Amino acid sequence: MSNTEEQKEIAHLRSLLKDKEDEIARLKLLIGTAGLPEIDKEDPSGRTPTAARHGHLTKDEVSRYSRQLILPQVGVEGQKQLANSSVLILGAGGLGCPAAIYLAAAGVGHVGVVDYDVVEVSNLHRQIMHREASVGVSKAASLAQAVRSLNSRVRVTVHDVQLDGSNAMDMVSGYDVALDCSDNPATRYLINDACVLAGRPLISGSALRWEGQLTVYNYRDGPCYRCLYPTPPNPQFVTNCSDGGVIGAVPGLIGTLQAMETIKLLLAEVKPDTSNHCRIGPSFSGRLLVFDGESAMFRTVSLRPKQLDCAVCASPQTRTINRVQDVDYALFCGRGPHDKDEGLRILKGEDRVTASEFRNVVQQSLEMERRPYLLIDVRPHLETSICSLPDSVNVPFENLEERVDELKELVNRHLARKDAGQSPLSVYVVCRRGNNSQLAVERMRTLLPADWPVVIKDIVGGLQAWAEQVDPLFPIY
Amino acid sequence: MEVSLNFSGGAELLFGKIKQHTISLPAEETWSMKKLLNWIKDNLLKERPELFLQGDMVRPGILVLVNNADWELVGQLDYLLQNKDEIVFISTLHGG
Repeated sequence: MSNTEEQKEIAHLRSLLKDKEDEIARLKLLIGTAGLPEIDKEDPSGRTPTAARHGHLTKDEVSRYSRQLILPQVGVEGQKQLANSSVLILGAGGLGCPAAIYLAAAGVGHVGVVDYDVVEVSNLHRQIMHREASVGVSKAASLAQAVRSLNSRVRVTVHDVQLDGSNAMDMVSGYDVALDCSDNPATRYLINDACVLAGRPLISGSALRWEGQLTVYNYRDGPCYRCLYPTPPNPQFVTNCSDGGVIGAVPGLIGTLQAMETIKLLLAEVKPDTSNHCRIGPSFSGRLLVFDGESAMFRTVSLRPKQLDCAVCASPQTRTINRVQDVDYALFCGRGPHDKDEGLRILKGEDRVTASEFRNVVQQSLEMERRPYLLIDVRPHLETSICSLPDSVNVPFENLEERVDELKELVNRHLARKDAGQSPLSVYVVCRRGNNSQLAVERMRTLLPADWPVVIKDIVGGLQAWAEQVDPLFPIY
Repeated sequence: MEVSLNFSGGAELLFGKIKQHTISLPAEETWSMKKLLNWIKDNLLKERPELFLQGDMVRPGILVLVNNADWELVGQLDYLLQNKDEIVFISTLHGG
């Protein structure tokens, strides 16, 4: 059965159950047992609707949510509104973890979690709801488990799938509000378009290095992601957390603020209570929060309004996107929906060696007791202190031009050591994963004099391939 | 005329990793944003200009703010700089 059918079935059963429970409540009132403790009994699995959805709060609920319940912007009506709301967390990573957990803690009735990926050990420094024991487990299931163990009243739906044009509309339509906690432009455009076409507000967060950004799209007359970014960035300017690094507390903060904005947005839907004029709503529709953790600076800026010529949120007569199924998001963005590295292929096969082949080169030189090659590590200097191959010389990729004299001198020294008549000097270039090393080979060919007897190759897959194919004890980061 | 420039979200990597710049421009001339972008290209850019500019425009994925407002709200390339203006270039983040 598809997710949609399951959801319909569940909705049907819930409505049946509600009718029955309403009937029981009515009958109990008739026989005068209303208010007795058994009315407050709940299914601890959280699968049955909580009493909050019936129009009153149970004693347990009052205790549990008491600290927010007494805020005038929340109150009983607000708490019931949260219990009747559903939120979709798109991405169970650094942003999704705190967002989901705060929403569940606050008593949001239904939390959906979407993620196709599994927990990796390198996720744990920022994706704080996953556990060491969950490495290798579905991220969506792992976060759902954390949500359930915090608040068993919350209904959690795990969507352990890759979000794409075929499922995005159904998924987004099944919830009141969506949170973009994803990690790549293709997914961000897809989520935006699905939210616009399904009429759902989108709470968007992002983080990288020391910086984070937060805004609310498609809320009432506010702009959408495409209003701001009609053209996607060239993939070469898009950096992910794996390549750029990130301080865990940054997505922690932004994800928490996403939960905050979501709660305010949900509370804005509460019918005005004449005795309570405390109206609240999201603060970041049409505004963007820019946080820089390095200088501890928060900046809030005004964004352009909804664009009348927007490809997706303009009027149905004007817009060019009517169905997400019709858009090839990977093509549009020049890169698919994965933050994992998709290896560059710039050099031809004969200009590259595999890690195993390079191991043989090293082995031979050990047997010959001399090293007839030069190994250049083009990673940033900082990363060479994490791990490096013996006898490698570090000339960072981004400094190749400015350090060209040093590079020439280095090659020259090795050329001088080489016996006359011997084959050309082999220069091997290595980096973390075998992308920059290819660019470096190309650049070095233009930097070194063409008549020097030098053959420059790179190591396919870089140090990561070395760790996987040659030395299992070599660190992977 | 003194103008403050701020680069963030990774845009600073094109400017020697320095986020905050204060520049002085000849006050007797009028300075549109278009002219400022050219000035930045000629005077501040450390690396390949195509990483920052595409034709006359800032490349897709960089938001431009004038005194904390989207430059679309104040005339974009035609906005005329005032003394003490703060211009911010933010590269959009996608990570999470």
